[in-house]
Amino acid sequence: MDISFKKNIGFTGLMLALMVPALMNGQITLKGELFDSTAGQKQTLFGANVYHPQSQSGTITDENGVFSLEIPRLPARLVVSYVGYQSDTLDIKDVSFISYGLSPESDLEQVVVKTRRSSQFISSFSTEQVIRVSSDELLKAACCNLSESFETNPAIDVNFSDAVTGTKQIKMLGLTSPYILITAENIPVVRGAAQSLGLSYVPGTWVESMQITKGAGSVINGYESIAGQINVELQKPVSDQPFYFNAFLAGNGRQEFNAHLNTVVSDKWHTGIYLHGNQRQRSVDRNNDGYLDTPIAKQLNVLNRWQYIDGERGLVSFINARVLRDHKISGQSAFRADLAPQSQNAWGSTIETDRADLSAKLGYVNPDITWQTAGIQGAWSLHNQKSSFGLRPYDIDHQSAYLTLLYNSIISDTRHKIKFGLNGTYDRYEERLSLDALGVNETRFNRTERGIGVFTEYAYNDLDKLGVTLGLRLDQHNLLGLFFTPRLHLKYQILPETTLRGSIGRGKRIPNIFSEHLNVFTTGRNIIIETGSDRPENNAQESTGNFYGLHPEIAWNYGFSLQQKISVGTRKMTLGFDYYRTDFERQVVVDWEQVGSVRFYNNVGSSWAQSYQFDLSYRPWDLFDMQLAYKYYDLSTAFDSGDKRPILTPEHRVFANLAYELEGIRPNHPLKFDVTFNWLGNQRLPELPQVAALYGQSFTPTVMTLSGQITKQWGPHFDLYFGVENIGDFRQDQPIINGDQPFDSDFDSSMVYGPIFGRMWYTGMRYKFE
Amino acid sequence: MKNLITLLAVFMAMNLSAQDKNAKGSLEVDGVCGMCKARIEKAAIKLTGVKSVQWSVESHELKVIYDARKTNLDSIAKQVANAGHDTKKFTAPDAAYNAVNPCCKYRDEEVIKAHQ
Repeated sequence: MDISFKKNIGFTGLMLALMVPALMNGQITLKGELFDSTAGQKQTLFGANVYHPQSQSGTITDENGVFSLEIPRLPARLVVSYVGYQSDTLDIKDVSFISYGLSPESDLEQVVVKTRRSSQFISSFSTEQVIRVSSDELLKAACCNLSESFETNPAIDVNFSDAVTGTKQIKMLGLTSPYILITAENIPVVRGAAQSLGLSYVPGTWVESMQITKGAGSVINGYESIAGQINVELQKPVSDQPFYFNAFLAGNGRQEFNAHLNTVVSDKWHTGIYLHGNQRQRSVDRNNDGYLDTPIAKQLNVLNRWQYIDGERGLVSFINARVLRDHKISGQSAFRADLAPQSQNAWGSTIETDRADLSAKLGYVNPDITWQTAGIQGAWSLHNQKSSFGLRPYDIDHQSAYLTLLYNSIISDTRHKIKFGLNGTYDRYEERLSLDALGVNETRFNRTERGIGVFTEYAYNDLDKLGVTLGLRLDQHNLLGLFFTPRLHLKYQILPETTLRGSIGRGKRIPNIFSEHLNVFTTGRNIIIETGSDRPENNAQESTGNFYGLHPEIAWNYGFSLQQKISVGTRKMTLGFDYYRTDFERQVVVDWEQVGSVRFYNNVGSSWAQSYQFDLSYRPWDLFDMQLAYKYYDLSTAFDSGDKRPILTPEHRVFANLAYELEGIRPNHPLKFDVTFNWLGNQRLPELPQVAALYGQSFTPTVMTLSGQITKQWGPHFDLYFGVENIGDFRQDQPIINGDQPFDSDFDSSMVYGPIFGRMWYTGMRYKFE
Repeated sequence: MKNLITLLAVFMAMNLSAQDKNAKGSLEVDGVCGMCKARIEKAAIKLTGVKSVQWSVESHELKVIYDARKTNLDSIAKQVANAGHDTKKFTAPDAAYNAVNPCCKYRDEEVIKAHQ
């Protein structure tokens, strides 16, 4: 990144310089000192570089941070740099003593970025296909929470929220979010009991940046990822604004507020409190089908972070604590959440979640040998969800603990990097539910999972064309046994503007069938889990598995991507193509194809998913960015009734995002426009008589949505934004099948293929104080 | 007491070898741009014993960490000079200098100006 930083050092001396013309001719001696701009007490920098490019003379600061440099003439431009700090350019107009504070590299607050970089990009240095998303990207759309923050990203497909949970689910490579490992600062967060709703537990303003890896990810975060990995970096007390406030209001009655408070505790400790609240109290039923279009909801979410930095000893640490309460009510307008579901004639759903998270991280960087680092990371969470769907209860308690030790070093030189680690996990699940739709019989599923794994990752980069990352992992797990997880990534820069990447890896996971598919409860279907002996003979698994009677899912994912930069006019256009294939050795299938039931079983046939993506990003002129993508998903699941496309997954998708910035008359007063377009091809529906009766066919119509947002900034402190989602007001006809008879087995509110609410405006403000 | 001295001596020896193993040094290397940086760093790190290198476009300083038992700063400087970049002690051979990309001709005033 090209960063320039200019600072005028006083004017008083300019007069002096003009009065002493001798100085203009001979050598001029500049004196000054350099120090750390962030430290509470002035910490001078020893050994910092001071360089005068015109005369090519330079010096370094002494142990008191003081330097003296002879230059031929004034004014002059000095470049000051120091390891771990941003290099700055100082404009020197006179000979007065220079006193200047350098900012640590992580502190990017006051930097002027000269060449504007897209808010999302694929680094051509990294071996993996990693899409880096900055917080600027997250400001492009409503982005109330993490699930919505992917809407401007072509790598991830955001589905439409269903009427019961009100949460948008995401997909990658045509696979649903359980196949994506989602971590917050490398700790898995959207998993287990939080699988369906977890994305809505991370407020958008808490997100500092994201890294999205397509295909097999790293072995460091575990063996579960199959389609890809998403890591979210949260706001950090050191780099976030001391005070930040955001308020949001949407046409569906949703109100939100976010407040961040960051303070310096001592020269090494910083702390921040991040508050999030949202609520939607209004009942909205625009399509008059008697059901709420979006749930009535309330969430309170509080995070406290402590950050410790000791640059001298190379120690960094984070301690985080979070508590969350989330309530949702949905269903028929007549439904009353305060009454027992059995005592009323209306269908409704309540979901009450309480969650607590604790995590801590300690990292050590050898101050002398920066390639030697070690870290320890631990996390603990408790998740209690009590819910009811019609007459059916579903409660889940999930306690989870996670510990990782990691050591990084090199082999011979920094082209060969090596990581070693150890990783332990503990999960305790207690589920209570009714498999039948009328809530007659209660079933309990309890299980404890214990796993320990060792891993190593070797990364080679020749600093030129080739990059290789090989990860190996060996795990011992009480329910999965002993198994091996290999992952390989390759990068080769064929031509200076052409980069080829490939990856291959294996993933294995225990599906939490209920928490991943809450929508099975929002129907009148009975749930059937078919285990070993229940299965038809030609499709039988050898035995009954260890959880729900099922066997784990195992898949291989492999693929490649090609990135080509071409010059169009004076600017570079980036063209990308990628292909990924996922082959399931074994899968847990959710089968909606039978009347009156939804069935879970291990298939023995082969399920696979192929994803093709073409994308283009270009900046035709300054401050205008465009991104286009076309995606083709060729998917096949081995159902009992034959190989079919999974339901509600379009074959074709088109995505476009345009961002334009109009510079204001005054600096920092831009007006920003963002437009996102999505087109989804036909989606398969289950082959059932009631579906055919309602829609007349077994495929959904195509869906087209357009969203736009305008942001006005008044200086660095205040923004207002206004947006409209689904401008074309596309709405799914009759999102609820057999809604008149909600206690009938044909009732189904899970077949959501498009927006239910239709056009929606929203507006919000952000206030930052430094 | 004798044991203590022996122990101390052993520690000092260990410490010394640790320092040798990861000796730090700095060289002034001429160059003008990011391409030069890649060329300089690649040349330096390929030398056996060099563990980590970092060259700054602005300050022209090449920071190295190297195993002092296997190499030394002069060898590193020579290696960099042979890749086409002048150091204080060793000037790049003409053949090597001529081989660098035209935009990297750091001896040319015009090129330097173009990068400023």
